[in-house]
Amino acid sequence: MASTKKIQELKKRREEILRGGGEIAIQKQVAMGKMTARERIVKLLDRGSFNEYDLFVEHEARDFGMDGKILHGDGVITGTGTIGGKPVCIFAQDFTVAGGSLGFMHARKITKIMDHSLKMRMPLIGINDSGGARIQEGVNSLAGYGEIFFRNTLASGVIPQISVILGPCAGGAVYSPALTDFVFVVENISKMFITGPEVIKTVLGEDITMEELGGARVHSEITGNAHFFSESEDECFEQIKVLLSYLPWSNSDVPDRKEMREPMKKFNISKIVPADPRQPYDVRNVIRSVTDGSDFFEIQKRWAANIVIGFGTMNGRTVGFVANQPYVLAGVLDVDSSDKAARFIRYCDAFNIPIATFVDLPGYLPGVDQEHAGVIRHGAKLLYAYSEATVPKITVILRKAYGGGYIAMNSRHLRADFVFAWPDAEVAVMGPEGAANIIFRKEIAAAEDPEKMRRQKVQEYREKFSNPYVAAAKGYIDSVIEPKETRKALLHALEVSGEKRVGMPAKKHGVPPF
Amino acid sequence: MPSQKHASNSTRSGQERSSRSHPAGDPPLEELEIGMSKYLTRLTDKFRNRKVWERPEPCKVLAFIPGTIQKIMVEEGMEVHEKTPLLILEAMKMYNELLSPQHGVIEKIHVAEGDRVAKGHLLLEFRQV
Repeated sequence: MASTKKIQELKKRREEILRGGGEIAIQKQVAMGKMTARERIVKLLDRGSFNEYDLFVEHEARDFGMDGKILHGDGVITGTGTIGGKPVCIFAQDFTVAGGSLGFMHARKITKIMDHSLKMRMPLIGINDSGGARIQEGVNSLAGYGEIFFRNTLASGVIPQISVILGPCAGGAVYSPALTDFVFVVENISKMFITGPEVIKTVLGEDITMEELGGARVHSEITGNAHFFSESEDECFEQIKVLLSYLPWSNSDVPDRKEMREPMKKFNISKIVPADPRQPYDVRNVIRSVTDGSDFFEIQKRWAANIVIGFGTMNGRTVGFVANQPYVLAGVLDVDSSDKAARFIRYCDAFNIPIATFVDLPGYLPGVDQEHAGVIRHGAKLLYAYSEATVPKITVILRKAYGGGYIAMNSRHLRADFVFAWPDAEVAVMGPEGAANIIFRKEIAAAEDPEKMRRQKVQEYREKFSNPYVAAAKGYIDSVIEPKETRKALLHALEVSGEKRVGMPAKKHGVPPF
Repeated sequence: MPSQKHASNSTRSGQERSSRSHPAGDPPLEELEIGMSKYLTRLTDKFRNRKVWERPEPCKVLAFIPGTIQKIMVEEGMEVHEKTPLLILEAMKMYNELLSPQHGVIEKIHVAEGDRVAKGHLLLEFRQV
């Protein structure tokens, strides 16, 4: 049994390390509007559940005055705990200790907890708040980053990996979050960039603030690097808890079943979508009209808003939703929206989450910028992701499904398991205006009143082809349903596809159009 | 979660208030033409700020990377052959030699040694043939 003296020593050692970077550094952290690393862990995990690892780790650096310098915990806190009663691994960089800079032992603490999370099949949550590489440790610091990136990749698709950016995350360090599944940012606190404002100023003479270059809004609205935006750290932690409630703990698991609730009455599915295909509406209301309790947890809400992705539950089970959003850019597919949806589909597929797709799109966004930005390659990601996914895949065509957009949005041809269409659906090679102008070009040109003839031919085409029955007659659509039957149809589809099994040709891995 | 604000542009009678909501405030609807149809929708800032393509002008030599003009090897009025070194643009710790894209006469040089230039900055022009 340990002597009282030794227990006293342990307590003293612990106490010393728990002070982190000391009072002054902590005051600075607070002045920046940030919680300390330890406070963050306590806030995020179930009360009293944190079990710390490697509290006594010390760095081994000898050069540049590092010898004898004490850095508590080497600037990072790691351990396990629970969220909603389920185990998670967590690390939080401690900015109060040497600016949370990443040295060799700091990285080793992180990789140790990463190995643990992969081995024990539980989610990994990384809280990033670091000035970057610890320059004094030279290439050892780079080695540390590399070891982290490698493990992020190894764990990808096995366990959920969540990155929380609560401070600077600059240079090479940004690639760990970029390799994880979900990135959370907080306004005025998160800063992510490869090269900072000083370098940009020196090299290019461009003057920009950190917030303008890589703040929370930039990554939520322009780059798409972040998935969840919040205005405070508290709100951010709540979002993380909600996200985890929809996820399985690993790829060999399924999400916990939630309580089944009926959708809210105010989301009346029969009254959301206008009949005129040129009129917009918010497709999220369609999603809410079918999900349990009308809950919809949207991902990347502010970026590429012309497509909507997120989680909801149906009969208590997590479903991933993908929907064209006519409210923004008419719901077109483009570089960003293809990229956004494709990655989400692969996420759902990796973690056994069925995918429901709502289709209403006029096609792809025309433009030199789109073509030159590689809309062919990016658009192909969506086809690849849907084709490759083997989880249950259900499609509901709400209104327009034209041309390449129809194929890409989880059509039967990409092996959708169920394709439903509403009576207003228009499944056709292109919109009636475009089609009539091509097919009847000569008649229109030769007519006495070309405009009248054009309108007449557009109408003819619309009546004959702009409906769901041509596609249904060929079995590309399984069933034409009334809007109010949608939830029932989806529930049934999910019910009967619970044991879905498909064989894929043996391969090491595909070569997606990254 | 989205607020349930009513969009002022409801065009269909019997439309429920809640069904026309959008959380990003209510910017006015605009038209976007796809496949000869005009759709009413919201345009995004990213779409509005997209770079408008311009046809490159072969007689103009632009900086392909931001940097500093280290040295200029030609003069106005000089006739140069294709691949003749024109100037050295220091960027990313490299001395990048800019070679003439064509055979022609230098009409005007727009930069001086030591100038810092942005990407796409006009460096020099050839005489129009």
